[in-house]
Amino acid sequence: MLSWARQTFPAPSIRIDRFSPVAVTIDNSPDTIAPADSGLRRLAMRSIAWLQAGPMMLVFALFFLLPLVLVVIVSVWDYNEYEMIPALSFRGYTDTFEGCVANLPELCTILKTYLKTLKLCLLTWGLTLLIGFWVAYFLAFHVRSKTWQIVLSLLCTIPFWTSNVIRMIAWIPLLGRNGLVNQGLVGAGFVNKPIEWLLFSEFSVVLALVHLFTFFMVVPIFNSMIRIDKRLIEAAYDAGASGWQTLVNIVIPLSKPGIVIGSIFVITIVMGDFVTIGVMGGQQIASAGKIIEARLSALQFPAAAANAVILLGITIIIISALTRIVDVRKEL
Amino acid sequence: MTDRSKKTPISRRSLLKGAAGVAGLAGTGTLLSAPYVHAADPKVLRYLGTAVNEGDEIAKKCLADTGIKIEYITATTDDVTKRVITQPNSFDVLDTEYFSLKKLVPSGNIFPLDARKIKEFNNITPVFTKGELPNGKKIGGQGTAPWKVLYLDGPNSKTFSATPTEYVTLIPTVYNADTLGIRPDLIKRPISSWAELLNPEFKGKASILNIPSIGIMDAALVVEATGQYKYADKGNMTKAEIDLTMKVLTEAKKAGQFRAFWKDFNESVNLMASGETVIQSMWSPAVTKVRSMGIPCVFQPLKEGYRSWASGFCVSKAVGGSPKLDWAYEFVNWYLSGWAGAYLNRQGYYSAVLSTAKANMTEDEWGYWMEGKPAKADIKAPDGTLMEKAGAVRDGGSYDDRMGGVVCWNAVMDENDYMVRKWNEFIAA
Repeated sequence: MLSWARQTFPAPSIRIDRFSPVAVTIDNSPDTIAPADSGLRRLAMRSIAWLQAGPMMLVFALFFLLPLVLVVIVSVWDYNEYEMIPALSFRGYTDTFEGCVANLPELCTILKTYLKTLKLCLLTWGLTLLIGFWVAYFLAFHVRSKTWQIVLSLLCTIPFWTSNVIRMIAWIPLLGRNGLVNQGLVGAGFVNKPIEWLLFSEFSVVLALVHLFTFFMVVPIFNSMIRIDKRLIEAAYDAGASGWQTLVNIVIPLSKPGIVIGSIFVITIVMGDFVTIGVMGGQQIASAGKIIEARLSALQFPAAAANAVILLGITIIIISALTRIVDVRKEL
Repeated sequence: MTDRSKKTPISRRSLLKGAAGVAGLAGTGTLLSAPYVHAADPKVLRYLGTAVNEGDEIAKKCLADTGIKIEYITATTDDVTKRVITQPNSFDVLDTEYFSLKKLVPSGNIFPLDARKIKEFNNITPVFTKGELPNGKKIGGQGTAPWKVLYLDGPNSKTFSATPTEYVTLIPTVYNADTLGIRPDLIKRPISSWAELLNPEFKGKASILNIPSIGIMDAALVVEATGQYKYADKGNMTKAEIDLTMKVLTEAKKAGQFRAFWKDFNESVNLMASGETVIQSMWSPAVTKVRSMGIPCVFQPLKEGYRSWASGFCVSKAVGGSPKLDWAYEFVNWYLSGWAGAYLNRQGYYSAVLSTAKANMTEDEWGYWMEGKPAKADIKAPDGTLMEKAGAVRDGGSYDDRMGGVVCWNAVMDENDYMVRKWNEFIAA
């Protein structure tokens, strides 16, 4: 869909090359260095590059790769009530998929849990994308002054000013059985008795997640939009494109990197969330994170690690599918 | 104003310099030992436990009386256990519940205290040592009852002793009998059985504790109350019994019986005070808190009896043999000497040594909290706020009535692993 939009509009993409200084430098840079060199110099250059990347690589290896490798190792250990036993055992995995074949056609616990998590994830993603895109659009194209753009985007961080727990407890007086919304609805005569599904339901979970994470969508999309050359839009207007055509053919394709980055943020956070889903769902809605938490609380670390590996695998599949659609590195 | 604007840049710069210096030092490792040098100065004990017993008043009074500074490390019940298992050097004194001993003792990370060095040990209520009331009445012992896990065979033993030895796993401090909290103004009829928790009449208005091992025991009390099944031990079910209990819970959940499960003291107070729930498993001080907000709430005694819990002190393995061990004995002896006991009693808990606590309470307070008598004057909380007006009687009555009515204790089952998996299945249903 998106790539189609791009192909049908070849003219601006040629103009991008002409306007953009980036494109020019990228074309020239490799050639200017290459002819100058002896092998030694090239080696020096390369080692400097490695040195420059070194600290980051070290941090990455120490605080990301190493813990991840440990989690994978622990996930195939055995365990008892109080300790992990370093003996090869796939108990963490086999227990997790218990009943998946035997109980057919009924779904097993893990599948039900992941379907629920994916459903919440999809709803949250769709809504944050919709809201986030329009908020970013407003900030980028309708707010003229830089100061106001900064002030308004800071306003988007308000949900983060209080702690997670307080923020969620605050929903009870609003959405609860005797909360403001129900009082208003009953008072105005729209309903006879309070609506129960406003709180401790999938509705309230999605509401809280959207409220929290729309910001993660706004920032990268805004960042992409602000870099769209305004002359492109003027050109589209001059060429007779309607507002909708400009949006579909210029703004959306050029915001794609922001949309994908925002989507990665939201999807990874929601897939692993158990605090928000727990509190807003009244602890009665299953999530992949909650399974891990229940295992950790019972000191069953290998089982928790196995579930973490499964969650990681599924999230990686989703993210790599997303990056298939848009090559973020190329677009940036 | 001018003064401030002058100072700001200087302090900010020096702060930055300092921060850079700290970062540099920390990098070389010289600064890393500093906090320990500092901490070794006064008598400091790092006290790991749940928020329930960690009152600021107790720490203040302890410092004034003994010179020992208590540094609280607060965590949830599960996280306390996790910390003992994974970071035994991160605390000195441990305050935890008896049911977690089945995990802690085999790990070898805790150090049993010597009963002979505890002055009041022989005055500790027989609830802990013999499983009976001071008047000799036997108490229900299903689950991890404290007297089953109170003693070890030897100082480094990993097995519990059935007969008294001097090696005590946890020196008893505080305990209580838990039951359902209800909102009498919203229920408008008498409640007398655990069966009411899953009564469809309260559909969407009930709640249980979101700790699997405790939640399943509440469900078991309901199953027994409705006459569906009689357990040999509600605190140690067989796989078939777990399946049966979870089935009952799952049906109730699917029918929309539960509004929400709670894990935190304040969550339970919120649910009840806002009217989201009208019947739920609860803790005594949480009921008191709801009532102090002017909302009617009763800690309802039920004919099937109470589910009880108990906690106590031990020390980290790392403390054994260090001077901190002496301070720990001094602290525990102070704790049992009466002031702290009275403080706990006034919150609605029970203290382990009744005689010393009694000496620190007024006759009226003792009568209200322990003997089930109507209060002669207003009953105040430890911080001075009004809890009950004169004439009030404690829910459930006297100590003997409440502790005598205990049928089971919070527990970790042998089939815990299976139970946790079933709990996840229940949540996903």
